[in-house]
Amino acid sequence: MTAWLLRRLATAFAIVFTVVTFCFIAIHLAPGTPFLPEEGRAINPAAVAHLRREYGLDQPLPVQYVRYLAALARGNLGESFSQHRPVAAAIASAIPNTVVLAGAALVIDFVLGIALGAYQAARARRRADAALTTATLFIYSLPIFWLGLVLLLVFGQWLGWFPVGGVTDPVFYDSLSWFGKLGDRLYHLALPALTLGIVGAAGTARFQRAALIEALSQDFVRTARAKGLPESAVVIRHALRDALLPVIALLGLALPFLLTGAVLVETVFAWPGLGKLATDAIAARDYPLVLAATMLASIAVVLGSLIADLLTALADPRVRLVA
Amino acid sequence: MGPRGEAWRRFFRHPAATAGLAVLVFFGTMAICAPLLAPFRPSQQLDIVGLQNRPPSWQHLLGTDLYSRDIWSRLAYGAQVSLGIGTLGMAVAVSLGGLVGAAAGYFRGWIDAVLMRLVDVGLSVPRIFIVLLAIALWDRLGTGSLILLLGLTGWFATSRLVRSEVLSLRERPFAEAARAAGARPWRIITRHIVPNAAAPLIISAALGIGHMMLLEAGLSFLGVGVAPPQPSWGNMIADGRDQIVTAPWTSLFPGLAIALTVMALNAIGDALRDALDPRAEALVPAGD
Repeated sequence: MTAWLLRRLATAFAIVFTVVTFCFIAIHLAPGTPFLPEEGRAINPAAVAHLRREYGLDQPLPVQYVRYLAALARGNLGESFSQHRPVAAAIASAIPNTVVLAGAALVIDFVLGIALGAYQAARARRRADAALTTATLFIYSLPIFWLGLVLLLVFGQWLGWFPVGGVTDPVFYDSLSWFGKLGDRLYHLALPALTLGIVGAAGTARFQRAALIEALSQDFVRTARAKGLPESAVVIRHALRDALLPVIALLGLALPFLLTGAVLVETVFAWPGLGKLATDAIAARDYPLVLAATMLASIAVVLGSLIADLLTALADPRVRLVA
Repeated sequence: MGPRGEAWRRFFRHPAATAGLAVLVFFGTMAICAPLLAPFRPSQQLDIVGLQNRPPSWQHLLGTDLYSRDIWSRLAYGAQVSLGIGTLGMAVAVSLGGLVGAAAGYFRGWIDAVLMRLVDVGLSVPRIFIVLLAIALWDRLGTGSLILLLGLTGWFATSRLVRSEVLSLRERPFAEAARAAGARPWRIITRHIVPNAAAPLIISAALGIGHMMLLEAGLSFLGVGVAPPQPSWGNMIADGRDQIVTAPWTSLFPGLAIALTVMALNAIGDALRDALDPRAEALVPAGD
């Protein structure tokens, strides 16, 4: 087990390292120089040479690469052009919001998806199943940002049940009690998390349905039924435990989906997270910010798939023994 | 009835797939015949004050947008852009994925190890971030560059599927016979193995076009995909965003168009998976 874990950690680290290296290559492949002349005025070449020396840009590439890695290791992600502050600071304030959003969406995704998939499998090929299959297919095919806009329109504007954006109420938040503050945050989290979670749940449900139908055709289920167990116990306690394994693997793939979705959903709901940071940075061509967001996103994905592999290994002894 | 006829029969046993095919034909025709179907030009601002944000009517079947352009016309021309980018992007991705997967699966050894590590890295970065990064570094992307970029970031999952198919195919007697006859490896791959590995490629393509379209729509919505005034279903949704309360149809119809098209492609992909390889286990829906 430990050997397997160490190997996975080494792989994870190698992947992150490769991503970081590609980012470095990308910066240096991009056209243009950091020192652009003002309108109409030519730049004094001596000044350019001095600035290049100061920023270490006249060093050979391998040296720049090592200094880049060293800066990253120290947590120095550069300076943001558009926000005029260190990138690390901008990211530090944005990450918690994205974590909350993605976390809530993940919970909705898997709880709803597993329940729905299990329900469909138990009623396989009957009318409820057919209707739900079409529904999940439709929801899975929706553009996330469009779903967000629709939910915003229906629940935020027409029905007025939820606020239309932001993390907290700009006026009342500070005067609320601790309990009120939590309620306000949940109130604002509801629509964005639901948007992300529902589409993810549709995908998870499709997968869980297939896995459970497969499990229900196995011999051990026949034995459970022959023993006289009630159908609910057969499905939930016996078949579902087997069918949950592939869905755990889905956790690893959910993270790229959630992060991509977060970029779009955060823009629609003005949710100040990593995604919105990246899209705002794009408008200003603030590439240090986008770079840092990309690296962080890939670290999150690698971590997520590591955790998913770990959970699968814990749940399924076959994985541990084979690997 | 031969295996091909059998496969078609299995395909049409899925009512969703048949409906999906019809939807696809509808939107495909809309895209190809856009100049014939659209009563107005997509960038034509008809009556800047009088026709702004008008709801659907007999003259404007889907209404007008905030720049008083006819939405139905824009939808038709937007179909060209969105479907075109999706299909071409997927063509690039499938070609690249097929090539890499075939090479990794056939040659094995260190080529396989290196290529698959590359795929691991590629799958670790959410696609939208790669595209955003490219835009941040290279400034605006033309449609051609966009297609190339979408294709270059979308081949990873396909290569894995092709690789596993090729790994098993290379051990088959026909491959052995080709090797014994002295055929060069590349000839064996292209003439013998890849045609038999077509099934995962076709399924990948069908499902992948949907993902491409969703990604292009998202990028256009964010303002970094297809540039206005050229209509794409994604930037049409962005146009209607600020008017979502007063004129919801501006965003509603392009979104529905995307949803229906992607749904059709997903249904077709599922049915193809069952038709071409009924033994295949339920493949995981691709992440982003």
